[in-house]
Amino acid sequence: MITIKDLHKSYKTGNNSLHVLKGINFNVSEGELVSIMGSSGSGKSTLLNILGMLDEADTGSYTLDGVAIKNLNEKIAARYRNKFLGFIFQSFNLINYKSALDNVALPLYYQGMKRGERMDRAKAYLEKVGLAQWMDHLPNQLSGGQKQRVAIARALASDPKVLLADEPTGALDTKTSYEVMDLIQQINDEGRTILIVTHEPDIAQMTKRIVNLKDGLIIDDTKVNQVRALQNV
Amino acid sequence: MFDLERWQEVFETISKNKLRTFLTGLSVASGIFILVILLGIGEGMKNGIEREFQGDAANAIYVYPGVTTKEYKGLNPGRRIQLKNDDFEYTSAENKSALEFKSSVYRIYGGLLTYENESGSYSVEGVYPDYQFLENASMVTGRFLNYKDIEESTKIVVLGNRVKMDLFKDSKDVLGEYVEISGIKFQVVGVYTDPGGEREESRVFVPITTAQKVFSGGNNINSLSFTLEPKDTYEEALLASNNFTNKVETYLKGKHTIAPGDNSAVRVNSRLENTKRFYDLIGMIKMFFWGVGICTIIAGVVGVSNIMLIIVKERTREIGVRKALGAQPLSIIGMVLHESIFVTSFAGLTGLIMGLVLLDFVGPMIQTDFIYNPTVNFKVALSTVVILIVAGAIAGFFPSYRAARIKPIIALRDE
Ligand SMILES: Nc1ncnc2c1ncn2[C@@H]1O[C@H](COP(=O)(O)OP(=O)(O)O)[C@@H](O)[C@H]1O
Ligand SMILES: [Mg+2]
Repeated sequence: MITIKDLHKSYKTGNNSLHVLKGINFNVSEGELVSIMGSSGSGKSTLLNILGMLDEADTGSYTLDGVAIKNLNEKIAARYRNKFLGFIFQSFNLINYKSALDNVALPLYYQGMKRGERMDRAKAYLEKVGLAQWMDHLPNQLSGGQKQRVAIARALASDPKVLLADEPTGALDTKTSYEVMDLIQQINDEGRTILIVTHEPDIAQMTKRIVNLKDGLIIDDTKVNQVRALQNV
Repeated sequence: MFDLERWQEVFETISKNKLRTFLTGLSVASGIFILVILLGIGEGMKNGIEREFQGDAANAIYVYPGVTTKEYKGLNPGRRIQLKNDDFEYTSAENKSALEFKSSVYRIYGGLLTYENESGSYSVEGVYPDYQFLENASMVTGRFLNYKDIEESTKIVVLGNRVKMDLFKDSKDVLGEYVEISGIKFQVVGVYTDPGGEREESRVFVPITTAQKVFSGGNNINSLSFTLEPKDTYEEALLASNNFTNKVETYLKGKHTIAPGDNSAVRVNSRLENTKRFYDLIGMIKMFFWGVGICTIIAGVVGVSNIMLIIVKERTREIGVRKALGAQPLSIIGMVLHESIFVTSFAGLTGLIMGLVLLDFVGPMIQTDFIYNPTVNFKVALSTVVILIVAGAIAGFFPSYRAARIKPIIALRDE
């Protein structure tokens, strides 16, 4: 599903150049649930942003679902993001004046889907994350866990190939974190490929594979015995 | 622009940010409001002056004698010029083909009119039949003077509507009655009305030949009035009018031994030229009002643009999210532009309608000679609407450009 080869990325700030990714080689197959771990500043988000086409690598190749991702202009990047990817953020990034339902329907709007169909689908995904009766609520009327569920529903709505989650439980307490992880595991059980950036070992243990990042290189990449989140709730 | 989905997006954004939208619209609405009021006043001024002129034929030319102010050929200044019948006869004959209507006037100011127990003092004017058209008078009842009256010096009179009201009250039996003018009986043959209003209806007309005989006028006349044959264009008419006035002036100055530069001894007044001057003035006032109005709208546009910029900045993260979810740069531009145009147009239309309503209600209540019936016509209203849409697009341009350049990775970074 994802193949990256010898990926390099550095940030230029003034005269200094900060070499963040120093040659990442990495494959993800369909249906995997991978966590990317590493200390703060190790380049986890940078890697995820490149995978998410929000940023571009300096050198190296990236193939997503058989499509070579290169020479992106804004238009093409936007179309690929819409078609291939779903994003889940630490701070949810819901649009605060739109209802839960409208938030979930937004990626479908950018797909050019008609309103009626859009709303039906958004409703179905809200049901899937257990928030059907909250669909008319605004984000600030929801708890943190509920907000993240709405964000997950939104990420799923466009039926993407891959879900990218940057610290999805970073802003949640332990109990809520596990509930969210349970949802993510369920979605993965249905066969969807998911990448999670986290620095919490217990969250990483709930994925099926842990990739460890240090100083811009992968130092460890191991399959784990998945801990089911539901057992810990 | 006709994308229904986009409209829904815009309505949603607006309805969830009512105060912000309201404040944005207010500046534009007041700008258009002021523009409409100013344009209305400009139109009212034009109407007011037009009405002032309506009293007489639009292309009338008047000749009044005055007092000389310059010594000429041994004659002292301060000499009063007296026009005579032959002045009128000569100018009429000389310009026969160019003239449409013509009349000389022998006038008695403050003639005493009496009918039974009512009496009053009015201007009594001895005139020719053409005078009806020179004055734009129309008959309420009966007839105006005719050439037989002139030839036979009949003692008949045409009353102004005001005079009729004063002397006869509401009585319908006016025709055939006799009124006394300075003690002499005249038979009433008609009553006229004049668009010039009460002032111009407080006069009575009698045949000039009768007036000169009865009131010991001899050959004297007080003024001449003419209109020229109509021309196809205003420019031709103005040219003909100027030719004629020059000719008459030169002739009369020669005949009465007046210095060529002595302009107060004979005054030739051309309505056409006066009107032109007024229209030029009104045109300038209107241009000025447009200028002020447009400046107000520009201020409004700058305001909207500023607010939209702040809004874009406020919505940076939201725009980042939209882009991460697949929004194309064009779609972001469209969103901001659409909102800007919609808000400006809607607010502007509100201002336009409020201005029109105000003009409609207050306009008829304005009672001055200078402003009459201030209105804004459909064409002007339409141009303001076009201005609004353009203004909205301009106001939205920079903010939308900035919005399109927002990088999602920067917008979404967690602080
Ligand atoms: N846009 C940027 N410009 C400059 N430096 C950046 C930028 N984004 C990230 N960095 C730096 O790159 C390094 C890696 O950042 P990041 O990928 O966010 O790490 P992590 O997510 O693992 O905490 C950090 O040292 C960070 O300061
Ligand atoms: Mg990070």
